[in-house]
This record gives sequence, C-alpha cells and structure tokens, in this order.
Amino acid sequence: MNLSISINGSRFESDVEPHLLLVELIRDSAKLTGTKVGCDTGNCGSCVVLVDGVSVKSCSKLSLQVNGSSIVTIEGVAQDGKLSVLQEAFQEMHGLQCGFCTPGMVMSVMDLLNSNASPTETEIREALYGNVCRCTGYQNVVSAVQHAIQIINKSAING
Amino acid sequence: MSTYFGASMKRKEDPAMLRGDAAFIADMALPNMAHMAILRSTHAHARLRSVITSDAEKIPGVIKVITGADLTNKLMPLPCIWIPGGTASHFPSHPFGMPGAGSVLATEKVRYVGDPIAVVVAETPNQARAALRQIQVDYEPLPVVTLVEDAIKDGAPQLHSEVLNNLNAHCEYGNKEATDLALESAEVTVSLKNVNQRTINSPIEPRGAIGDYNKVTGDYVLYATSQSPHNHRLLLSLLVLGIPFNKLQIVAPTMGGSFGTKGYLYADMPLALFLSKEVGRPVKWVDDRRGLMSSTVHGRDQVHYGTLAGTKDGKITALRCTGYANLGAYPSTIGPGVATAMVGRSMTSVYDIPNAFCEIYAGFTNVAPLGAQRGSGRSEATYTTERLIDLYAKKIGMDPALVRKKNLIQKDQFPYANPLGWTYDSGDYENVLSRALEIGNYENRNELKAEALERGKLLGIGMSGFVAVSGVGPSPRMSKEGMLGGTWESAVVRVHPTGEITVVTGSKVHGQGHETTYAQVAAEVLGTPLERIEVLHSDTRRGTFGQGTYGSRSFSVGGAAVHLACMKVLAKTTKAVAHVFQVNEQDVTFKDGVFGVKNDPSKSKTLQEAALEIWYGWNLPQGMEPNLESTEFFDPPDFNYPFGAHVAVVEIDKDTCEIEVKRYIAVSDVGNACNPMIVDGQVHGGIAHGIGQVLFEEAVYDAQGALLTSDLTEYALPRATQLLNFELERTVTPTQHNSLGAKAAGEIGTLSPPPAIANAICDALSAFGVEHIDMPITPDKIWHLIR
Repeated sequence: MNLSISINGSRFESDVEPHLLLVELIRDSAKLTGTKVGCDTGNCGSCVVLVDGVSVKSCSKLSLQVNGSSIVTIEGVAQDGKLSVLQEAFQEMHGLQCGFCTPGMVMSVMDLLNSNASPTETEIREALYGNVCRCTGYQNVVSAVQHAIQIINKSAING
Repeated sequence: MSTYFGASMKRKEDPAMLRGDAAFIADMALPNMAHMAILRSTHAHARLRSVITSDAEKIPGVIKVITGADLTNKLMPLPCIWIPGGTASHFPSHPFGMPGAGSVLATEKVRYVGDPIAVVVAETPNQARAALRQIQVDYEPLPVVTLVEDAIKDGAPQLHSEVLNNLNAHCEYGNKEATDLALESAEVTVSLKNVNQRTINSPIEPRGAIGDYNKVTGDYVLYATSQSPHNHRLLLSLLVLGIPFNKLQIVAPTMGGSFGTKGYLYADMPLALFLSKEVGRPVKWVDDRRGLMSSTVHGRDQVHYGTLAGTKDGKITALRCTGYANLGAYPSTIGPGVATAMVGRSMTSVYDIPNAFCEIYAGFTNVAPLGAQRGSGRSEATYTTERLIDLYAKKIGMDPALVRKKNLIQKDQFPYANPLGWTYDSGDYENVLSRALEIGNYENRNELKAEALERGKLLGIGMSGFVAVSGVGPSPRMSKEGMLGGTWESAVVRVHPTGEITVVTGSKVHGQGHETTYAQVAAEVLGTPLERIEVLHSDTRRGTFGQGTYGSRSFSVGGAAVHLACMKVLAKTTKAVAHVFQVNEQDVTFKDGVFGVKNDPSKSKTLQEAALEIWYGWNLPQGMEPNLESTEFFDPPDFNYPFGAHVAVVEIDKDTCEIEVKRYIAVSDVGNACNPMIVDGQVHGGIAHGIGQVLFEEAVYDAQGALLTSDLTEYALPRATQLLNFELERTVTPTQHNSLGAKAAGEIGTLSPPPAIANAICDALSAFGVEHIDMPITPDKIWHLIR
C-alpha cells in the first residue's frame, strides 16, 4: 500500500506491506538507524520518535497508521550539523554512557519540553518512565534536561 | 599541575551517539548479506529424538538449515576457560582436553530452555524466523532440576555424563578448623540463610553477530557484541573453528552496554562464521529481547548459609559460609571461577576477622548458564557479611555502625592479607564509613524516625561497607585461581610525524568513556590536546593483542598500560631531543607539548617537530630506532581494591508497605581518578543496578525450568521514577600497583545497595521483629510479614 510521510523534513514515499512497523520503515527502508530496537514488548523506549511533534514508540505503530504524518527521528535533531541545546546538555552533564537508549531519551525529552517548558524533577522522571536505561541510573539524564532548560530560559530572557 | 588527568572532560564518544550516527551491530549491513535465526529448546531437559528440517527448507527465501548433526567434525564445542583452582572439578568434555561449555548446537540432549538446536539462514530476518516454526523437534522429556542443593544430591537428574551428581567443584577458602573452633567457643553467634537471587544483566542492546568469510583470501571476519575481541579470537579460532589464529579477525562495534553479558562465547558467534563460509555470503544475526533474557548468561544465584561469631562487646571472631552456586546447564566461558573464587575470597570484606572459612558448591541445573554480572562474586559476598553484621549488632544490642567501626581493617594495616586469599593494597575504611554516616545524618536517626512516623511512614537507615577486588589481574595469580588465559593489557602509543597521537588499546569500550579517559592520560603525559588524540579499540586487525573489558580492569590495567607506553614515548623523545640539542637529558624540559632546555630559551622544539625528526632518522642517538611509538604489555603486580561505604534511608508506608528510598549516600574511593564525572557516572549506574536487585529484579524459573521473566513486562528493570539522585563523595587513596595510582570504578556501585537497603528495611521494621527478607524486597513480602 502507498505510504507518504515526511521524515526529518524530507518527503518519503514507499509501497509498504500492511504489517510493516514504523521502526522497520525508519531503520530498514529509510536507512535511519539512529532509532533502536531494544525489546519486543514496547517497554524499553529505544525506538521513540516524534510523530507530528508527539513522542511515539515506533515499534508499536504500523507505518500505515502514520500515513501523512511528519516524523522526526534523532537524525533530524541537530540542525545544519550543530547539536541542539538539549543534545549538548546531554554531553555536558554526562547523560549518556553506552548511547543505545540515548536517541529514544532525547526524543522523549523533546516531547516533554514541547508541552512543559519548566518541568519539576518529578515531572522529568515521569516523562522518562517509558525509557529504560541500564547505564546511567537516570541521574545525569535528569541533570541534562535541567541544564538544557536553564540554558533555554537564559537565552529566552536575554532575547 | 595536571591539565587533563583529573579533569571532568566531556566525552569524545558523545556527539556521534547523540546524532544517532554511532553504528551498533544491528545497524551494520554488508553487501549481499543473509540473515540467521536460531531455534532454541522449549524444554529444560530432554533427549532430542529427531530434528526434521525438510519443511523449513521449503520456506521462500530460505538458503540453508542446519542442526547439530551437520556440525559433527566441523565445529568443536565452546570452551570454558576458568577451572576453579586448587580443587577437583568436573566438566563436560572438549576435544582439547579442557573444559567444554556445550556443543554449538545440541545433538543428543538439550539442557535448558533456550539451548540452541538448529539454525536457518534466509534472505530476510522475517523469513528466517518464519522457517524456524517449520522445524519439527521430537523431544523426549527428562526430569528437570533447577536448584543446586537438589541437583548435587544422589538421585537427581544428571545433566552431563562426565559430571557426577552435577557437581562442578567444591571450593574451600580460608581455615576450616580454626574457624569451626572459634565458632564453637564464641560468646555470640548469628546465622542466616540468604538467597542471592538470579538476576539478568539486561543491557538495552541485545547481542548480535555478523560472520563474513572471504573465499579468495580464506579470511574470516566476525563483527560481534564482544567485551573481549582478542580473547574471543583465540578461543574461537583455536578451540571451536579449528582455523589458524591469523585467519580470524574480530571487530566489536559500538556496544550498547553489557555488564558482563557480552564477555562470553555464544553459539551464534562460530555459527555466523561457519554459515558465512557455507552459503558464500555474509550472515547476520541479531538477538531479540526474549533471546537475551533467556539465553545470555545470568548473574548472582547463590544460596548462602552464613554464620558470624563474636564477643558480647562487638568484636567479630569468626565468619563461616557455605554457599551453593547455580552454574546453570553449562559452564559459561568463565562462570565457574566467578561463582567460586570471586565470592569465597571476598567474604570478610572490609573487616578484620581473624578466622574465616567459605566453601562453595558449584553445580549444574536446567537453567541458563551463569556468568559474571556487574559486581560479580563481590556483591554476593558483601551482601551476606553485611546482613550478618546487622543481625549480630541486634543480638548484642549494639549500634550497627559502632560494631562495624570496631571491626574495620585499620589504616595502618595495609597491605592487608585477608584470611581468604586477597591482599588489599591500600585503604581507609573508617573514613568513608564515618563520612557516609555523617552525610546521612545517622546520629539523628531517632528524630528522623519520629518525624516520619507522624507522616505514617516507618523510616529505617542501613549501611554497608565494601571493598572490591578489581583490576583483573596478575596473570600468574589468575592462573593459580584457574583462569586459562592471560589477564594483562596492552597499549600502543604512536606519535605521528604530523603530531597527532594514536593510542591503540586492548580494552573494549562500551560506555565507560575510555576513548576520552585514555586520551586524557596521553594528553597529560605528551602535552597534546584531546582533539589530536585518537583512541582505537575493539578491532583485532589493529594494534596488539589485548584481554578486553571485564573485572573492572580497563582503566586500572588498560589505562595504566597506556600511561606506561606514553612515558616510554616521552623518554625516547627526550633522549632524541637531548642528542639534537647536544645537552644532557636532565637539562631537557617538556611543558605544554614543547621541549626546551634549562637556562637556554633559544632552544625549543615541539613534540611534532621532534616526532618528524625521529621519523626521518637523520640524527638519532646511537642505538635508537626511527619512528616514535611504544608498545606496552602491562601485567599488574596485583589486583587493586577500590572501597567505600553506602548509607540508605528508606521509608515504608505503614498501610501500603510501599518502599521508598528517600536518600542514598555513597562515599567511594578509586584512588586517583582520571575523569571524576565519568567515575561518578559509573557509580550511579552501579547503584542503580544494585537497587534493581534488592527491590525489583528476579529471574524466575518454574519447576519445569521455564523462564517466567523473559521480557521487560515481567522482569522489572528500575525506571526513572523508581530511582533518585544519589549523593556521592569520593576520597582518594591511591594504589601502589600501577603508575597512575588509579583503582577501578566500573563495578563498585553495585556491591553495597542490596545490604544497605535490606539493612535499612529491617531497621524500619524492627518493631515488628523482622530479621530478614529475601530479595527482591517488595511491598507484598513486607505486608505478609507484618500483618
């Protein structure tokens, strides 16, 4: 069946089988392997992408379910080769270790910050509930988010 | 004054990972690649009457299907390379006369749910998996045994014909007679049966392998999630495939965590290589979560019967433990040693206990093979001892902090030979415990409890000291412990004629930041900024042999090797520069990457200029070879022993029995730290792992050997909402065993959370007379105990 979506701002069209998962489309058809597969049951969050600005576990969506939508994957976050404020904050605060869960983490945080510009620590942790990390214990992921918010707010204040 | 070493520098690894550009095994594709799927046993113990593949072969896209019978005389069994030292042991066989770890594919029997039986190679992964369902296996079920204490009794189901009573080894550490005597004459004794439950490492990235055979050159390349590429290269080529060592290369791509899991040989590794040759195409295999949970090595799984003896005044006189270690259905690559020596010799922990004895029965049962999991051996030992100390303190009516202080090894006792066989290098155990208690506000615990009670919460404070044998390890000593392999590490440091530096290490980076920390070491010695230093690793086609990353050995053994190689490079360059400047070596200075001469500002040469000259070789001192590079093999003189103390403050809701960790304090000592931010990150991860075990995780098998916790809906990995911000501090007590004075950091976070939190929970519930609760400690268990 015909699928037409945009991925990271570019049009992507393909004839897909009905059972093709969104994560398979992203990784195998569009060859964007930054989005990961870590489990079989929609629990780990490594596959999180943004669909029309909202975080979605791409392993639990059929490609045809997002027909016509605008997808953003981790590869679409840096602009003109420059890491986003959030990505830089992750590096600054050592919010990643092995890097496998990181794309999903970044996408989930982007969704959080889209709807809540100054989340509390509890709200940050709740937003990350669907992203499992085995390396960091989450502490530095939380600090990375808080650090990013500080920087974003500072530049907003400074105009 | 250090510029690089000791600085919390940002990691070089991060940008690629943050962009989604870092290539993990599942992201890799080779031209004309085929895909492999593995059929695994659904029975825990059964004879294989037949395996019929004819229907599977007809599935569209299927290229080849093989069973164990097809591998006869083609692949040898996997080997086990750690035979518990100093005692009789029994293993399945291997043609080389060493321990076998099971055939690559089962032939007559399967011994655990997950045991590989057959393999399909197809054009796509989905076709390969579809074909698995068409393979017909006729099982003849056999009786199942899942507990070691049952398995080693007469009459239990026998897993391996070569292993009587399923007993791999009975290991003893310490002095049995003296300890039993001390126990008999003790004023006070306390005993505890505690179950250190089976856990699953669960890195977020599943395992994978790509085999690529080149029929023109006869070379094999294996891309695989491997913590020890060089070691696996030797074991696979020599002991499984039977091919020349130099015809196999192993490349371990960016790896998504491991914690011990990916340090082992698994059937898919030789299978991908073998099948690539058979089908004439690269063959790729990626595990799924269910496969990872059921058929990668599990951790912990020991039952301890411990007894601690002491005086009425709080002086411990003896510690005795009998342990039963569940090795699972096959010995994993190093499982038997991990389950025995790493536990047995670690029991006395940070305490000066005059008499100690630990014996471990390691046995085979019909569950997944056992391996090292972050904190292996040391975690099990620490848990038992710390729980016993709290029980002892309760019995004699003494503050558990005071009991610990009375028995800690003192600052002036180092190097300290513990009665079980480790010699601790350096430490100040009193300091870290006092500091942790101080931060935890321990002296005001009664007020804290009263205040919590007003809110309907039962508050408890628990503590644990720890010391972790790390920096595996001195090769001669490891050989005595039964390890069949070297445990040194290698480094090549090369200064290019254009001034950049390449470091090649045998370590396998997988999240610990070695690309950054090793560069920091080189930057410090050779005065070159990090951007001009690359650290290459994980590819046996590069550099020298290495032993990989496990046993907390990377920075303190691998990083130390890098340091030594850098020092050699600096010494060589200094000598060459002295020769060119025609001065004595002692008068040559080196600062910020520039050589100079004392009292002669006219003479100056950058490292790059010196490197170019050494490369030209026009004017070298007598006997010096051109090229500026050094290769170093560092075999540490002994293990190093990081240590610390943790304090946990927990609250239990009186009505729901829900457990909340309110504060978690960790004071650690890793000697000289190269990158404090990375060290803290390692401690965070270790603590999270430990909290996972004490409050959430358990690998559950039923009596028929079925794994009931085989995906993330059933196996409870801690989430962000279930953890908290840990309060960390560090002290610095260097080791004398490497030139950096650095101790390990990778596993230290895991040892103390189980006992600290278990002790805190028992403290919170002391009014109810609760003495012990087995892990994972859940609200449900508490509710039943106190109602």
